Amino acid sequence: MAEPLAWQLATVTAIKPETDRVRTFTLSLPAWRPHRAGQHYDVRLTAEDGYQAQRSYSIASPPTRNGEIDLGIERIEDGEVSPYFHDVLAKGDLVEVRGPIGGYFVWEPGLGGPLLLVAGGSGVVPLMAILRERVATGDRTPVTLLYSSRAIGEVMYRDELERLTGGSNGVRVAHTLTREQPPGWNGYGRRIDGPMLTDMLTGLGAEPLVYICGPTLLVEAAAAGLTDLGVAPARIRTERFGPTT
Amino acid sequence: MADRFVSRGFVGRRRLAEGDQKSRLPPGQYLTRDFPVLSAGPTPHVPLDRWSFTIDGLVREPVSWDWEQFGALPAREWTVDISCVTKWTKLDTIWTGVSVDTLLEHVEIDPTARFVIAYSVGGYTTNLPLTDVINGQAFVAYRYDGASLEPPHGGPARLVVPHLYFWKSAKWVRGLRLVAEDEPGFWESLGYHNRGDPWREERYSGD
Repeated sequence: MAEPLAWQLATVTAIKPETDRVRTFTLSLPAWRPHRAGQHYDVRLTAEDGYQAQRSYSIASPPTRNGEIDLGIERIEDGEVSPYFHDVLAKGDLVEVRGPIGGYFVWEPGLGGPLLLVAGGSGVVPLMAILRERVATGDRTPVTLLYSSRAIGEVMYRDELERLTGGSNGVRVAHTLTREQPPGWNGYGRRIDGPMLTDMLTGLGAEPLVYICGPTLLVEAAAAGLTDLGVAPARIRTERFGPTT
Repeated sequence: MADRFVSRGFVGRRRLAEGDQKSRLPPGQYLTRDFPVLSAGPTPHVPLDRWSFTIDGLVREPVSWDWEQFGALPAREWTVDISCVTKWTKLDTIWTGVSVDTLLEHVEIDPTARFVIAYSVGGYTTNLPLTDVINGQAFVAYRYDGASLEPPHGGPARLVVPHLYFWKSAKWVRGLRLVAEDEPGFWESLGYHNRGDPWREERYSGD
């Protein structure tokens, strides 16, 4: 029997806006243990009368950072836990968490590649942990990130992603903006489709290791598109979010 | 100790769960009216003319049905509450399917069989004690909410074991294998609880 994943009281040490709707919450953990890139934590809120709500949020930071984690949390308008994080929680507050959780949507250098990461919206969070893990360990696995956002203002980690692609370090990032493209935009401007996925596979070969995270429809489309292009289903790992509030 | 912690300024949004609904909500779960999709990989699309369902393992003679034969088995409507380990619960979901009891009537089970491995297209497996799938507790469903079960939700057919977390309700199920010794399935090998009773909040290994 594995040792239980105990609840612990984490301290909020930083809150950083990534976009209008997504913030990074840095939590310091008294019982930190190394996670695997792609994993998540459960968060539990308790009201005065004992009422509780739990949700899961992906870790954005790499496992190499000792003692603390970054959770990327999107504010869901009619949600219960994410509005508390955005509207109430402040630096220095305590919050109950337990984790890390999830053993399949994970990557570490030993799992190899080449890597194709496909993100929709805040689904980029666990994929960012994978990219950061690759950087932190000095791994050279070729990696391509295809990142779908509605508009340029909703792109998370934009500067960091730009820095990652500099030079010949084997990282490629392609953006698609599905609703609105700024003047002079030279990325894609439509939903993920077959030709776009074909572009992504160019240079990665026929057998990439694929991680897709985003809203259900995007994940379905990208996974089906890639299997249509001959990628083996066993090489495709998915994480879908519907209404995680 | 952690149980006494109160989140500063947290009230919660409870309007979704009123009266009777509240008592049907397992601990740590919230009500949803949507039907979220969660799967570890791509959705397989299984043509009906190549679909089959098998009961094998510790049985005297394995049995298989094709789609047409399976559709001819006695089925019924089931109205059940379902809970996913990712925290959502959906009340009064309506399915059509064949009771596992009905399926097991077609085989002679070896007395040493104590567990069931449900196995699916794509290699997914989940393990269940035999006592969790008999006596009207589990069924193989092929219709949901008045229509054919959609592939993202496990169609053409999925196992439904409503009294356990929903990862036990294997999508795209191809068969049940009866075994003597318990063997952890896909999620059970990856940190999730071996049995997964939502009322005991058995989410993760060690809970």
